[in-house]
Amino acid sequence: MSESKIAKLHQGLADKEFSCKELTEKYIDAIEKDNEALNAYVTVTPETALVAAEKVDKKIAAGEKIGLLEGIPMTLKDNISTDGIRTTCCSKILEDYTPIYDATVWDILKKQNAVLLGKTNMDEFAMGSSCENSYFGGAKNPHNTGHVAGGSSGGVASAVGGNIAAYGLGSDTGGSIRQPASFCGIVGMKPTYGAVSRYGLIAYASSLDQIGPITTSVEDCAMVFDAIAQYDKMDSTSQGRKGAAACNTLKNDIKGMKIGIAKEYFEGIRDDVRKSVEQAIDVYRSLGAEIVEFDLPSLKYALPVYYIIACAEASSNLGRYDGIRYGYKAENYKDVNDMIKKTRSTGFGAEVKKRILLGTYVLSSGYYDAYYKKAQNLRGKIVQEFRNVFSGCDVVLAPTVPMTAFENGHAVSDPVETYQTDICTVPVNICGLPAVSVPCGFDDKGLPIGMQLIGNSFAEAKILNAAWQYENAANQFRAADFGVKL
Amino acid sequence: MKYELVAGFETHVELATNTKIFCSCTTEFGGEPNTHCCPICIGLPGTLPKLNKKVVEYAIRAGLATNCEIAEISKMDRKNYCYPDLPKAYQISQYDKPLCEHGYIQLSNGRRIRILRIHIEEDAGKLVHRRGDTLVDYNRGGVPLVEIVTEPDFRSVDEAKEYVEKLQMIMRYIGVSDCKMQEGSMRCDVNISVRPEGSEKLGTRTEIKNMNSITFIAKAMEYEYNRQVDLIESGEKVIQETLRYDDVTNTTSSMRGKEDANDYRYFRDPDLVTINVPREMVEDIRQQLPELPEDKKNRYIDELELPEADALLLTKYRRIAEYFEKAIEGTKTPKTAANFIIGQIFRSVETESEKEQFDINVSAENLNELIKLLDGGKIRMNLAKSTLDKMLETGKKASELIDESDMGGLDENALDELCRQAVDSNPKAVKDYLAGKEKAVKAMVGFVMKNSRGKADAALAEQKIIGLIKNS
Repeated sequence: MSESKIAKLHQGLADKEFSCKELTEKYIDAIEKDNEALNAYVTVTPETALVAAEKVDKKIAAGEKIGLLEGIPMTLKDNISTDGIRTTCCSKILEDYTPIYDATVWDILKKQNAVLLGKTNMDEFAMGSSCENSYFGGAKNPHNTGHVAGGSSGGVASAVGGNIAAYGLGSDTGGSIRQPASFCGIVGMKPTYGAVSRYGLIAYASSLDQIGPITTSVEDCAMVFDAIAQYDKMDSTSQGRKGAAACNTLKNDIKGMKIGIAKEYFEGIRDDVRKSVEQAIDVYRSLGAEIVEFDLPSLKYALPVYYIIACAEASSNLGRYDGIRYGYKAENYKDVNDMIKKTRSTGFGAEVKKRILLGTYVLSSGYYDAYYKKAQNLRGKIVQEFRNVFSGCDVVLAPTVPMTAFENGHAVSDPVETYQTDICTVPVNICGLPAVSVPCGFDDKGLPIGMQLIGNSFAEAKILNAAWQYENAANQFRAADFGVKL
Repeated sequence: MKYELVAGFETHVELATNTKIFCSCTTEFGGEPNTHCCPICIGLPGTLPKLNKKVVEYAIRAGLATNCEIAEISKMDRKNYCYPDLPKAYQISQYDKPLCEHGYIQLSNGRRIRILRIHIEEDAGKLVHRRGDTLVDYNRGGVPLVEIVTEPDFRSVDEAKEYVEKLQMIMRYIGVSDCKMQEGSMRCDVNISVRPEGSEKLGTRTEIKNMNSITFIAKAMEYEYNRQVDLIESGEKVIQETLRYDDVTNTTSSMRGKEDANDYRYFRDPDLVTINVPREMVEDIRQQLPELPEDKKNRYIDELELPEADALLLTKYRRIAEYFEKAIEGTKTPKTAANFIIGQIFRSVETESEKEQFDINVSAENLNELIKLLDGGKIRMNLAKSTLDKMLETGKKASELIDESDMGGLDENALDELCRQAVDSNPKAVKDYLAGKEKAVKAMVGFVMKNSRGKADAALAEQKIIGLIKNS
């Protein structure tokens, strides 16, 4: 059975089972107790949380109706700008940076009296798959703290999976929402490029970045998506949600829905992961869905295309961190150029510097055609292939990650293998498509396995509908032994 | 050997939109440092640019006024380089799909300077050096610019000067920029090379950056031409490099050589969407363009029969031309208004910027009224002239300054009477005239004019006086 945590908390608040203050304090206490083990939060904001909670309590006391997300304690990945609350991207270079404006997503939620508990851990500038590239050390997996929470939105996944936030917003450039959601046994969705405003999201790779929800259930995911997917005039690439709210069609019958499977997605996938996803396919058959097989021959190019484009854009996006206007500034320098050099050399971590170098290289004259241009052409090809796929099916089902959560330290010791684990998640970013990762089993160590449902552009309602039906029929969510027990 | 100069221009023109190119901050010049800024134009993390539609419109206007083709599809690119006045470490500009291409500006010698492209981009901030410290002011950051790039079509310094003046005139006419070189709203980079006369092959070029006055441009080009010729004559080579012009010493010096040229790593800005320029929009803008100075000048010569010199002076600034056109409405000959404006009104607007503003005491309607009085024979030219001076001083209308009694000239009898008085009271002048000093008659005409308070027709008076003397 599927169960919505947000709906349950909302009901509790509305029915005055508990006050918003009590609920918020419960979460704050749980963060105090468990954050040391999980390292999910890098900044905790109990004061602002309680101010919001008080507002909600006043409304309830006055007999006013409250919105679904009103008073629900949540968190934001630390690359989403929050006015007056430091936003570090988990980098030394922004360690003391406090934005003077709100990201559009936070502006939307703040107006709905969302209770922000704090900002959560991530790989530095969202570059990484284990969260271990964080300047503050990696977030841990709530199912086994000897393993990573995944990345780059590891902190949000760890906090939500560890029940020290009811839900959170992450960002997904090549899998950074779905992979940690999969590792932590929860739900995470990367919406269609343009569905959610990027204004205020500190850019990693602008043509791939997208903000999305990380939740413990599909219904929560739909609720949060419906709230944040709005057109924003501050983001030229923004289009907002198209069509009706995802919640409206969430529980629709999926009899006759065509679910596509491509063998390329199953190459190099660990056996237990493959088995879990195949069992999910059987669940879909039993729900009356039609399974369609097709080929995605260009999928093998997705990874190099992703790394070339992402690094190229990152090399430009991260040029602004020079120590002049805000953030960390090196001491002891000869002149301005020396200052910039020293600031960047000591302010960025190794992975970030590696990607800036790679990106600068692929854009430089003499190499542009061989790398960046070729990657752009291939990007077009992959987009076309997916377009063809969706002429024959409604959603595509694939594993989210070829394995389960790495052991702590593994990603750092084998970076190339770690890059390769992004193989299943990067294609949708390249194509701008939506995809939701849903838990679909556990390995023999008890670590969660995830699968993703990929949709055509702006077909979030459809993939969430398919995801909800699976969750309702064969729920694989297990609450981790941390945080607030409801 | 004789050497030919070959030069091309890259001109940055600040657009006169109210707000910046990617945010809603004001573009006003000056202001306390860093007060015309917001999170977007200082490039705070997470902010995104939003293209100001007016900028596209203004650039299209500039393109149409310089005979360019306007792209149907255009886009913005990032030009990556690191400098403290550039807060994002990249300038949003246009690389391979500029808004306007393939235009030209016609010079008076009949040659066309081809315009390769016009693209839009954001300006950078400004470094302020103070007591050993360097500070940054981002007020100018994000102010919209067009960069107008010509082919290497210039063959003389005079052509370059004329081009810059014409470009300035056109941009002001169409209202896209005030082109104030001293405030930096128009800045020129010049590419220069020399080659033996008759040669087709281009020589090695140097680029002189950021010049902000036509005089300096001319001096710098002359200096650079001579420097390059001297180098070649003495068997040395011109090195491709970027130069700075020093207006105090009148020399150029190297800023950087070819080997440290920046690799800007241009790529499409993923934060901005494709710019679609519908043809109807281009046509609308074309319809709304004012008559350009060159066309106006030709019309003044051909249709209004003005001398070329007058036509040039009247069309240089749009406000003067508009003033002139209003002043001649319903009058007999445009030359009268031209003479008043050039001969008298221009005395009160001495500098070029005063001419551009053309903020004078006499409205075009009032000048028109004065000319009509003259046309209708109600007043004579000399009264008109003195009245115009009074109008310039007081701002009053001609009809307020001229007495009713002074209108309508002098009747025949009164004139005869005055002429007789003139002859009677100037015996010496009569004697001189009869002795062959024809000029002596002027003194008697002067008497008539004085005593008629300018109402008399001087030519007629002269005839009558001569008649009286001869018949006496």
